[in-house]
Amino acid sequence: MRLSVTGNHQPNFSVFNNTKQNVNLISMKGLNIIVLAKQVPDTRNVGKDAMKADGTVNRAALAAIFNPEDLNALEQALRLKDQFPGTTVTLLTMGPGRAAEIIREGLYRGADQGYLLTDRAFAGADTLATSYALACAIRKIKNFDLIISGRQAIDGDTAQVGPQVAEKLGIPQVTYAEEIISVTGKKIKIKRRLERGVEVVEGALPLVATINNSAPECRPRNAKLVMKYKHATTITERQDSSEDYINIFNDRPYLNIEEWSVNDIDTDVEALGLKGSPTKVKKIENIVFQAKEAKVLSDADNDIDELMKELINNHTLG
Amino acid sequence: MNNIFVYCETDNGTIADVSLELLTKGRKLANQLNCKLEALVIGHKLKGIESQLFPFGADVVHVADDPRLDPYTTLPHTSITVKLFQEEKPQIALMGASVIGRDLGPRVSSALQSGLTADCTSLEIGGHEDKRAGKVYENLLYQIRPAFGGNIVATIINPDNKPQMATVREGVMKKEIYSPTHKGELKQIDVKKYVDDADFIVKIIERHIEESKVNIKNSSIIVSGGYGVGSKDNFDLLFQLADVLGAEVGASRAAVDAGFASHDRQVGQTGVTVRPKLYIACGISGQIQHTAGMEESAMIISINNDPNAPINKIADFIITGDLNTVIPKMIKYYKQNTK
Repeated sequence: MRLSVTGNHQPNFSVFNNTKQNVNLISMKGLNIIVLAKQVPDTRNVGKDAMKADGTVNRAALAAIFNPEDLNALEQALRLKDQFPGTTVTLLTMGPGRAAEIIREGLYRGADQGYLLTDRAFAGADTLATSYALACAIRKIKNFDLIISGRQAIDGDTAQVGPQVAEKLGIPQVTYAEEIISVTGKKIKIKRRLERGVEVVEGALPLVATINNSAPECRPRNAKLVMKYKHATTITERQDSSEDYINIFNDRPYLNIEEWSVNDIDTDVEALGLKGSPTKVKKIENIVFQAKEAKVLSDADNDIDELMKELINNHTLG
Repeated sequence: MNNIFVYCETDNGTIADVSLELLTKGRKLANQLNCKLEALVIGHKLKGIESQLFPFGADVVHVADDPRLDPYTTLPHTSITVKLFQEEKPQIALMGASVIGRDLGPRVSSALQSGLTADCTSLEIGGHEDKRAGKVYENLLYQIRPAFGGNIVATIINPDNKPQMATVREGVMKKEIYSPTHKGELKQIDVKKYVDDADFIVKIIERHIEESKVNIKNSSIIVSGGYGVGSKDNFDLLFQLADVLGAEVGASRAAVDAGFASHDRQVGQTGVTVRPKLYIACGISGQIQHTAGMEESAMIISINNDPNAPINKIADFIITGDLNTVIPKMIKYYKQNTK
């Protein structure tokens, strides 16, 4: 990015007070932002219909959604796009073919393009092998000033992929970010939400920022963008779709969601998927609670009074 | 060589509780593995810090002391940790699952190509047989954690890569002095050899740290609400009961995600682990994500519309009913029958 422009938080700044910056405004190119996103099972809403008779979870019954904090991340990217015309927001996701759904979801909200990394060779990857594959894809995308992702995905809750991508690319990271305050030339100011407070850090582009759920929610779908991108598909999806739409892809290249297999990116296959994962799952146990002896009460006055009396008498209360 | 390392966080010259908890656990693992326990402290004004660490069983304390190392920033702490681990080749490295540990851990694990498991709720030593590769491993670190939103519990191992890394949240492990007279060795790290200027590219320009107003960890009674409470307004009722009982208000992750309660009230694997004498769970279904953080409560009361809510299985008292009916009755009785 060549332009020097400041964010909302420095309202006194004017691009007209300095000839050099004025010139830069004309040659402005905006930012190249990559948003890392993941399609996840909606583990937050494990309703009764998702529970099997034996008390375990029926994963197939869970909806696949855009990982919530990745939506917070997308919003931060879109705000920079609002601020710096010419900015390109690129979504990158790794997953099965149906993960193209979240790229479309991102396009509907204002992203410009998307890449789906999909291959059996990536399957079974832990965070390290995942971050390696993503870093290789990012190197192929090549032009980026900023990489933004959610802090963590709700299926694993590890918060590891963002920092590991940063390390693999050899660039700094700012985790637990709540707001990208400003971008001025190569400088970026970011507010972080810590356990007991906030911190503002200043770094240099390029870097990786991971966004907390305390950041603003993502804007909703835009009706015009839904119309524009509703036929956006990967090549695999098009092969499965009806003939009717095939021609529009020749006229409208923006409807192509780029799909990359392991052969499309430069990788060491040994470092991918299950093979490239230092962590192995030794054992998985479904949670089935062992009932203990409990007193079962109703909400009638008598029952509540008896309980409270007991708790007061045995000094649990008071 | 091949010892257990604990990365220790400091706060104004005091070692963080989570680090002391990890040293307590690390000491037990070290005794089991017959190796040493080593602590790594990176920061500034750390003179004498080892005296806080030796009683918790540290045999060696590595100290990197430099004004640029406090407060924590990612790159210099990573450089020191990575280089030290490359020299010392620990078999196990533990960090707090705190904002710092969850920033540093993945960066270090990526640089070392080692496996890392986040937010473990239990750490054990055990063997493993890889039948396909025909390999047998002894004395691996079992990194046990809920996964998949807390609906399953996974045991993770890193058979071939060292160090085996894990993060653990504050309050999950118990903090116990190993021996008040235990003494170890102090090793100063020559910071200049471990970091370079490029590591300081991200600078902290503003910092506001508040004393936490919410203290659910040390509260002896917790009134906790789940998604079933229904709304932020309904949570007021929980606050009223807590007020009357001298309790704190906790919340499940679902309630926090829904915006019913603030993040610092979250109980569970990704929140705080609590062991109060009384835990009143209101409208909480009881996913393992939540119960992992409260099942050691001395007494559990579950108030739930659903008589089959999973949490009822660990409850001592189950009140089947609407919390909007039950809680006012509890408040009324308590007010009338205590001074």
